[in-house]
Amino acid sequence: MLTLRKWLCGTVLSVSACSVNAATELTMYYPVAVGGPLTEVVDGMIEKFEGQHPDISVNAIYAGNYNDARIKALAALKGGEPVQTSVLFSIDMLELKDMGVIRPFDDFVKTPEDKAWLNSFYPALMENGQSEQKTWGVPFQRSTIVMYYNKDAFRAAGLDPEKPPTTWQALRKTAAKLVKKNSAAEVERWGLMIPSTGYPYWMFGALTKQNGERLMSADGTQVNFNSPGTVEALQFWLDLSNKDQVMPKGTIEWGTLRQNFLEQKTAMMWHSTGNLTAVLKNATFDVGVAQLPGNIEQGSPTGGGNFYLFRNGSEQEQQAAFELIKFMTSPEQSAQWSKTTGYVGVSSAAYDTESLIDYTKKVPQALVARDQLEHATAELATYQAGRVRKMLDDAIQSALIGQQPPKAALDSAQAQAERVLRKHRS
Amino acid sequence: MRNFLFTSPWRRQPWVFAWLCLLPALTLLGAFTYLPVINSIFSSFFSSTGSGSTLYTGFDNVHYLADDPVFIKALTNNAWYALFTVPTSVILALTMALWVNQKLKGRSFLRLGFFLPTLLPMVAAANVWLFFYEPNIGLLNRFLSVFGINGYNWLGDPDTSLGALMMLTIWKEAGFFMIFYLAALQSLPSDLIEAARLESPSRWYRFRKVVMPLLAPTTLFVLINALINAFKLVDHLFILTKGGPNNASTLLLYYIYETAFSYLDQPYAATQTLFLLAVLALVSALQFALSRNKVHYQ
Amino acid sequence: MSINSAKGSAASIKWFSASNTLAAWVLALLWISPLLYMLWASLHTGSAAITFDLSEPISLDNFQQAWQMAPFTRYLINTFASVSILLIAQLLVCTLAGYALARVKFTGRNVVFVLILLQLMVMPEILISENYQFIAQLGAVDSYLGIALPYIASAFGIFLLRQTFKQMPQELHDAARIEGLGPLAILVKVYVPLAKPTYLAYALVSVSYHWNNFLWPLVITNTEASRPVTVGLALFGSPETGVDWGVLSAGTLIAIAPLLAIFLIFQRQFMQSFMTAGIK
Repeated sequence: MLTLRKWLCGTVLSVSACSVNAATELTMYYPVAVGGPLTEVVDGMIEKFEGQHPDISVNAIYAGNYNDARIKALAALKGGEPVQTSVLFSIDMLELKDMGVIRPFDDFVKTPEDKAWLNSFYPALMENGQSEQKTWGVPFQRSTIVMYYNKDAFRAAGLDPEKPPTTWQALRKTAAKLVKKNSAAEVERWGLMIPSTGYPYWMFGALTKQNGERLMSADGTQVNFNSPGTVEALQFWLDLSNKDQVMPKGTIEWGTLRQNFLEQKTAMMWHSTGNLTAVLKNATFDVGVAQLPGNIEQGSPTGGGNFYLFRNGSEQEQQAAFELIKFMTSPEQSAQWSKTTGYVGVSSAAYDTESLIDYTKKVPQALVARDQLEHATAELATYQAGRVRKMLDDAIQSALIGQQPPKAALDSAQAQAERVLRKHRS
Repeated sequence: MRNFLFTSPWRRQPWVFAWLCLLPALTLLGAFTYLPVINSIFSSFFSSTGSGSTLYTGFDNVHYLADDPVFIKALTNNAWYALFTVPTSVILALTMALWVNQKLKGRSFLRLGFFLPTLLPMVAAANVWLFFYEPNIGLLNRFLSVFGINGYNWLGDPDTSLGALMMLTIWKEAGFFMIFYLAALQSLPSDLIEAARLESPSRWYRFRKVVMPLLAPTTLFVLINALINAFKLVDHLFILTKGGPNNASTLLLYYIYETAFSYLDQPYAATQTLFLLAVLALVSALQFALSRNKVHYQ
Repeated sequence: MSINSAKGSAASIKWFSASNTLAAWVLALLWISPLLYMLWASLHTGSAAITFDLSEPISLDNFQQAWQMAPFTRYLINTFASVSILLIAQLLVCTLAGYALARVKFTGRNVVFVLILLQLMVMPEILISENYQFIAQLGAVDSYLGIALPYIASAFGIFLLRQTFKQMPQELHDAARIEGLGPLAILVKVYVPLAKPTYLAYALVSVSYHWNNFLWPLVITNTEASRPVTVGLALFGSPETGVDWGVLSAGTLIAIAPLLAIFLIFQRQFMQSFMTAGIK
């Protein structure tokens, strides 16, 4: 098998995939879920790391979106390929742990510096990375949901562009004022769009937190899909289009939403902070970014990818992977990453670096996500996460397209999730 | 003479030669089809507990399949999808071929126009159509608004999302199948057509009684291909609808992919795979049985 | 037949052919409209890509940006290489198997044929995870070989070639045998040249399918070293990125341009050889 691999290296494959001659060789997969030539940024960071650690060489492999990256990582581990670390969905932690493919960071954190490093991250970003008093994932490309709004549209509607709505009631009123209709009474610009394809559960996580609810227990064995507060949150989402008519009916496509906002088809949108850089670059109008409004409290789930350490490869390789992760999440690198993508800097130290201080002076919108972290909650993460997520997604969509009332849809999702999660409670 | 023939080393034992010819094909089929299928059968009786070990679960997965509403939905969706896209693309393909086979004005443009969508990878085509269907900024709704028709949320409405996927499939496939019909039409014996012309002046009669039977092998070839595609081409779902909203447009292979790679439930994906295989085998057997009398393949 | 009625039918034929032409044109225009729309979008930046304003300036910015964002040449080379390797291997393997099934009598022939036909219904896609593990054991992940391997033994190809070989006159076979040709030589000298139409038809199906293939290459490729253009395009324009419509259109056009060019240049030859060959 090794010979075949060598033969392939020589003949079929290009050189880049094979030729590396350092003492320790690492392979990591990473997903990119926002626009822009981010692969170059990652390559640059890796190069710096290799400069500091000449005995370690790293193959950083761009693996598509989060789903693709997980498929690849798991298939590679199963197939015996050498992968020591990867950036994967933060919410995959319980399943990865359950499958026994990841190692806790506590195995490697020994020195006081290491401990300081582990404690340096924003607590909200650690919620999806810890289980049973151990840390299994550390934050890297993390985001929250923020509200992007069109300041020009605010001005035109006679609203104060520096005072975006901070409560649900204000959101309704503001959005209603922002709806623009043409002479034939057709809507030319909607007040608000909340995407409901791709990751409906994520947006719903924000609405439920704002209504004082959490979607699941901290250990990921219980879900809370049909409590009165949760149902009310879905009803609110539905009312935005049905009752207030400030949002189009049916589902709203995640992938084309940014373009809708840039085309001024909606005056406000809820979207990932990961889109910040691209929105600011392409907008032809004055863009405002605000924390999400609240009802009982403010809130947004965190999202995005964590670094994991795989139970794969020699102890020396794993130690090297640990060094790599420490480097990639250090304040300077995190600041750089945040600047080029819009993802949240992972520690307060990142925001104290000169480069990020300079940047946020120029682009104050970049600070909104960080400030919102104090209201942030964990993203929906349970055992059998993919299936449970899909149950909630389906329930949300069926309510939004009018197939079922919110209560019935969420009741059924709760019952289905119960069935799946029951066996994970001991 | 007889002696001479026997000099060929294979002549005495033709089966050695036959098996040698079949060896590469059977080895590859074994490695990439039979073994995985057998593995699937085996693993569908087990459940992954997550922590690496597996548990014998007997027919649990089969039972789960029977009352998994999403699977049932995917199954019925796929049936509708095949029922609509297969005949439509084949009839359109034949029509296109008949057009392009005549001396129409701008024939080469027509041929190119029909064929172009085939050149686009499905993924790329889906990317284009995503913006085509977009309710607020999409081309389709803006085109309709010229006629005063209100826009529609094509992909976001359960009544239209599957239909929207079907349209893309037909657009993509008709021109491809056209080529096969065109080739067949060009190779029809012209004396036969001439004789038929003398016999009856009705175009429709000639087409039905002479041309169609002659095209039967092509039709079978195209039908098999279209049917296989209806079950195995799900690339566009990843981009357009992800099976939504609320599974309104999900198809079997997409759901299997989700089960295996999103839910990480390989055994259940295997059960579904087996079911899909059984359905396809049944459909193909039926098709072969029906066409055996009409098409003389042997 | 009276002169009058002949005139009448001539008029109706004329009317028929006019409406016929019109219908053909309407459908053809409908068929290419999405592509024209894409071309429009690729030449306009930002919101001009979405609104139809003829006064908007044409710009090539999108193409430049798309070109910088993804190594399209590399993707195209990869696609071309993996599709070619696969096609050659398919033709070889399927010809041998088809020939044995069509022209050699041996016990178990029918069983083997049915076994092979079974695969017609098993799509390699649904065995993705099993196949990945095997390819990984071979160490062929992220290589052209890895992309091609599961598809080489194509039941469809074997079936098609068996039928074609079976239809060929037995006399030819006998004549060649009398000349002293062994079975392999008969295959190469008699059967293969006569089966050209089948090879063409099969090649078209195979190339178009694998050119488009997405699911399997997505899973089995890791790097630019082997990633084909479909996967490249999906990564480049996946909805998660909140794609810019103009840049995406430009990228798509870049990706299909070589194939389009080849088709336009060789359109006549392609159609002619395909038509004279015909499939029966």
